[in-house]
Amino acid sequence: MSETSEPLVSAPVSPSRAKFLRFLIRDAGVLLALVLITLFFSASAPYFATPGNALKIFVQIAINTVLAAGMTFVILTGGIDLSVGSVLALCTVVGATVMIDESLSPAVAITLALLACMATGAACGFLNGWISTRWKIPSFIVTLGMLNMAAGAARVVSDNSTITGLPQSFVDFGNLIIGGFLPSIFLVAVLVIAAGWFVLRFTVFGRMIFAVGTNDEAVRLSGHNPDFYKVAAFTISGLTAGIAAMVYLLRLNIGSPIAGVGYELNAIAAVIIGGTSLSGGKGSIIGTLVGACILQVLSTGLQLLGVGDNFKPIVIGLVIVLAVILDAYRERLLRRIR
Amino acid sequence: MPMDDAILSLQGVGKIFPGVVALSDVSLSIARGETHIVLGENGAGKSTLIKLLAGIYQPDAGTIAFNGAPYQPKTPHDAQQSGIRIVHQELNLLPYLSIAENLMLENLPRRAFGIVDRKALNRRAMALLKEVGLEIDPRTRVETLGVAQMQLVEIAKALSYDSKLLVLDEPTATLTPPEIKRLFAIIKRLKAKGVTIIYISHRLHEVFEIGDRVTILRNGRLVATRDLHGLSVPDLVRMMIGRDIADEFSFDASIVPGKVALSVSNLKRNAATPAISFDVRHGEILGVAGLVGSGRTEAMRALFGADPKLDGVVEIDGRPVAITAPKDAVRHGLSLLTEDRKGQGLLLDLAVDKNITITDLGKVSRHGLVNRRAESAAATDLVGQLRVKASSIEQAVRNLSGGNQQKVVLAKWLFRGTSTLILDEPTRGVDIGARREIYQLLWMLAAAQKGIIMVSSDLPELMGMCHRIIVFSKDRIVGEVPRSAFDQERILSLAYQEYVRP
Repeated sequence: MSETSEPLVSAPVSPSRAKFLRFLIRDAGVLLALVLITLFFSASAPYFATPGNALKIFVQIAINTVLAAGMTFVILTGGIDLSVGSVLALCTVVGATVMIDESLSPAVAITLALLACMATGAACGFLNGWISTRWKIPSFIVTLGMLNMAAGAARVVSDNSTITGLPQSFVDFGNLIIGGFLPSIFLVAVLVIAAGWFVLRFTVFGRMIFAVGTNDEAVRLSGHNPDFYKVAAFTISGLTAGIAAMVYLLRLNIGSPIAGVGYELNAIAAVIIGGTSLSGGKGSIIGTLVGACILQVLSTGLQLLGVGDNFKPIVIGLVIVLAVILDAYRERLLRRIR
Repeated sequence: MPMDDAILSLQGVGKIFPGVVALSDVSLSIARGETHIVLGENGAGKSTLIKLLAGIYQPDAGTIAFNGAPYQPKTPHDAQQSGIRIVHQELNLLPYLSIAENLMLENLPRRAFGIVDRKALNRRAMALLKEVGLEIDPRTRVETLGVAQMQLVEIAKALSYDSKLLVLDEPTATLTPPEIKRLFAIIKRLKAKGVTIIYISHRLHEVFEIGDRVTILRNGRLVATRDLHGLSVPDLVRMMIGRDIADEFSFDASIVPGKVALSVSNLKRNAATPAISFDVRHGEILGVAGLVGSGRTEAMRALFGADPKLDGVVEIDGRPVAITAPKDAVRHGLSLLTEDRKGQGLLLDLAVDKNITITDLGKVSRHGLVNRRAESAAATDLVGQLRVKASSIEQAVRNLSGGNQQKVVLAKWLFRGTSTLILDEPTRGVDIGARREIYQLLWMLAAAQKGIIMVSSDLPELMGMCHRIIVFSKDRIVGEVPRSAFDQERILSLAYQEYVRP
């Protein structure tokens, strides 16, 4: 036989160096972009590099960060969740309704409201996942349906009006800035990201999320039920929408059936800018946090530069497209290293 | 044979893919107007050859000349422009368009303002259909056609471009005998009109009816080009298989099969397929032979719960078990190495270690947390045992060669621990070196009293490895051959049995 038995493996890079390069390309790249953008605005935009502005940015990214954390799970499994914005709206009116119940003490009302938000969100997410796996419908369509259903449900629950009069202790907590630099709602967002990071990085469940996103058929034939993990990912996304609703209530102090319009797109943008691949299986939740930061820094920075509200979306849109182009390029680079 | 009037000639053509030499030093001339048969086992290089002609791949070595000029198509479009037309095995029609639209898609007759001239379209389509003997309204949507009709539409489409060379890749794979007859009549008519045809087939009996000469490929090399006249089916088989069996395999007679490990009775995939029964013993390697599409893979997948089944009882060590999904099969100690390694066996973008532990993460985790150190240790151990060549266990399996990828699939099942292994084409696309190591591993597993079911299109491989071979033909198990009665021609004729019947 004159066949070559020597395999042509294309990996001339040593393992440790490959690991470092991989880190550089996958994670550090986004971080570097954030640093550069921040430096740029610090130098050029008035008031940008002030403690007050930094605090404002932290406050503003909280909701999107929480939504994007759950979205990361869904996108990692290869799905998409378009419903989180209106699920958030539904959760705000559910939470606010529970919270303003005068028969309950504030502590009990707040706790119950939190549970109600999380349960409502998780239920919506579970439905998304269950319907799309049970009938093998693209999640794009199912969650588009849920977007409308949840928006309608929010109107029904609230009788189409905003709900005000939340307990004062709750409102106070929302305005709290811990140690003068850490807004309470940003802390909530960081905790959600940390929890997501831990789950994805260290648990069997997290491993399965990546595996399902990489090749769900191989996972099935290895003796698992990939649908379970897909449904779980959607449930997590719904759950984080519920938590994000509480953050919304903390920040704006009203439950509103028209809250959250377009939030899903910001969350998806944060995930994608953060380097998670839309085709699933690749990405990181830390990247998602950085992605959310980039979006907000851009938005605030452009505003301070005096770029009008009309032009701002154009720039941000360009950045999103650029991020996806970079993602494709990054994949090619990574493939060469591994 | 004088080759002065060659329409196509290949000189030392080669093509290499990572880990596999797909074609090597192939030199071949096709005479103008001849019908040239290309034969070879799966993986012999036929499809690579076609893809080179189609402009899908470019050769890494050698030159191709067509019609006296160098032929270097960069895209399928280039190939069409030069007058080479290929009817691929998998059909490329657009199901929701009409036959006429499909036929003329690249050259729709137009009136002013780019409006499609429907009358001209249907008139021309009608003429083309007539040429292939398909009497059907050209306005019919393609999705409503049967496979044989679609095949004819593909051929008609190929004719619509004034093709000088027509390549037919296994056109009869899905046809019934009367349809084949009609196809052959068309081929003869085309030949009479001077069209040169390259015809690829697995069905050895039929090629004598239409072919002038035959070229046989084996392991990416050209074995022979001969006049078909005077050759017989056994001659062709000998040339296709060619190698000395004793050279590569050493059947270990010391391993004696024990009790029945897995028994399948009256497995029925759906209402149209017959019920099948077979079993495999501990320490036995059971070979499963049959043509591609004979229902071998489908039966294994149904047994494993990968595809639904209608009926049937699966017993493991004498106890009936309910298998409705792969997870049931895995829980009961079955393992399936699928024929599509990349699509169904591996997590290509994940590292070697993560691919190995996926079958049983519980083994390397505690309270739901993965113990990376234990995982690395287990993976390193298996990688060493199976001699997987990777730069590290953190390398993505995408970048491993076919043989090493296959070893990773085996490693993942060894990690789980298995009582019966089902291997579907375990050595397809695997180089000789890794192939030997896989054989040795299977012998080791048999010696450890595992049951092994080995599905393969490589007959010498089965004859070298197995205690027993069962043969599939058209979804049916048509025979069982014990090792003492192994005989290539007998097994092949069993495999063809259900197809040659009218």
